[in-house]
Amino acid sequence: MANTDLHTAGLQSADLHAAGLRRDEQMERWRLFGLGSPALLLVLVILVIPVGWLFYVSFIGADGAFSLENYERMISRKSYSRIFVTTFQVSLLTTGLCILIGYPLAYFMSQLPTKWANLCLISVLLPFWTSLLVRTYAWLVLLQKQGLVNQWAISIGLWDEPLKFVHNMTGTLIGMVHIMLPFLILPVYGAMRSIDRDYTKAASNLGASPRRAFWTVFFPLSTPGLFAGSLMVFVLCLGFFVTPAVLGGGRVIMVSMKIVSNIELFVNWGAASALGVVLLVLTVIILWIASKFLKLEQMTGGGH
Amino acid sequence: MANWLNSPASETQVTHGQRLWLYVFAGIIMCLLVLPTLVVIPMSFSDSQYLEFPPETWSLRWYRNYFGSDEWMRATVTSLKVATLTMLVATPIGVLAAYALQASKLPYIRAAFVMLITPMMVPVVLIAIGAFYAYVKLQILYTVTGLVLAHSLLAIPLVVIVTGSALKGFDMNLEHAARSLGAPRWKAFLTITLPQIRFAVVTSMLLSFLASFDEVVIAMFISGGDNPTLTRNMFNALRDQIDPTIAAISTIMVLVTTLMMVLVQVFGRGKS
Repeated sequence: MANTDLHTAGLQSADLHAAGLRRDEQMERWRLFGLGSPALLLVLVILVIPVGWLFYVSFIGADGAFSLENYERMISRKSYSRIFVTTFQVSLLTTGLCILIGYPLAYFMSQLPTKWANLCLISVLLPFWTSLLVRTYAWLVLLQKQGLVNQWAISIGLWDEPLKFVHNMTGTLIGMVHIMLPFLILPVYGAMRSIDRDYTKAASNLGASPRRAFWTVFFPLSTPGLFAGSLMVFVLCLGFFVTPAVLGGGRVIMVSMKIVSNIELFVNWGAASALGVVLLVLTVIILWIASKFLKLEQMTGGGH
Repeated sequence: MANWLNSPASETQVTHGQRLWLYVFAGIIMCLLVLPTLVVIPMSFSDSQYLEFPPETWSLRWYRNYFGSDEWMRATVTSLKVATLTMLVATPIGVLAAYALQASKLPYIRAAFVMLITPMMVPVVLIAIGAFYAYVKLQILYTVTGLVLAHSLLAIPLVVIVTGSALKGFDMNLEHAARSLGAPRWKAFLTITLPQIRFAVVTSMLLSFLASFDEVVIAMFISGGDNPTLTRNMFNALRDQIDPTIAAISTIMVLVTTLMMVLVQVFGRGKS
């Protein structure tokens, strides 16, 4: 009898211990979570709440009541639809050019021995670390009417009259491709480096020509990196401001520039917010589709 | 030379000769990536009002212009102050958050991770006008505090990603061992974990500093009054005219960035 009592008491205390441990573990988890709270709080106060407010403001009309006029304006006014067309045009062209230029360069580096490749990588990392404003300024100086490019081209007889490279689409694209290239090259290069060289070796061993080995074996294996890089570039282009504002000279108006002028010149929060919401929704949709194919860490970690 | 051209360049027996176009292309692109910013350096030492390359007469005129201007100096001090404070705010809270994400096994931890990297994905213009509105309400518009908070927001994703990937490669059992031997968590973290992820933390610090120092769009909205940042003033000057003073400032910025990169490489890699 006494024996059974002891036994039950032991079981009970074991239960108690188990409950205590579980409670401790739960506490521990929350305490750990608490360590992350300052960062989460900052994101909440400076980003989530203000953007939430902008979302709300975008549905308020000029008379202060709920209305869709800010969104209707985007559809009905030609000037707005032109801005979206320009934004997509610039983003697509920049991404395309980055792929055409960046992919071969990444391929070139991936074929070099690591020591040489790291040396070449400096040429990609140096601009990556240099201030965006400084690089945009450099292109402005080089491409202007009396700039270096025109001077040299005329002196060696490539063209007679100074060509207009800045304050238009050409200048914007040159500047943006230069700024976006590292975002494409780094993930592509990373993906290419991790491809096992034996695969292409096996392909050519089995009789594939170099070209065929590249297109049927190497290229498909490098597409995750290419996809991640292109997407990163495209999304960054959609919201880009500084380079088109400086090199576009008012002739290339992208969504972010319209948002800024809506606030700075017209103090029209409703119109600016609505544009911002559309821009954000587009970005989220693209990233969401991409996350179906890629891991989030792959996309964000690619750039660094 | 002919031998080299005909020798195989890879496992697929393609020869260097057949790949010559790739080498030339890569060389040109690498030059185009690096040269534009480097060309500005000699130009900044020109005496002329118009930027020339190579300069006909050399002078330090634009540097005198920069260092002699109260306005530029004040903006530089503001930028340095904000960038340093951003580094000191974003790095610790970012590292703590990365550590929490790594160690905590709470459900929904992924949602917390996504939330912490949203500042990287939301178009920066939107963050800027949102912060502008919030700061008017909080009455911290045009203050250093406001700038530091907004720039820390931008820096946090960088810190979380860089430190997080370092923590992934760190064996948490080492820290558990220290704690089972009686060390409190903070002590175990400081003496065991932190030294292991040192390089990532230093990189995070540098990234946060640069993220703040180079930032333009947010500063356009929430810096001003007594506290405009250097980039804000540069951007405004760029929109009006091509002032060679900016070439001098650019040169200094390029040199400082390069120096910091080299320091991190030496400091971070040298010991580990």
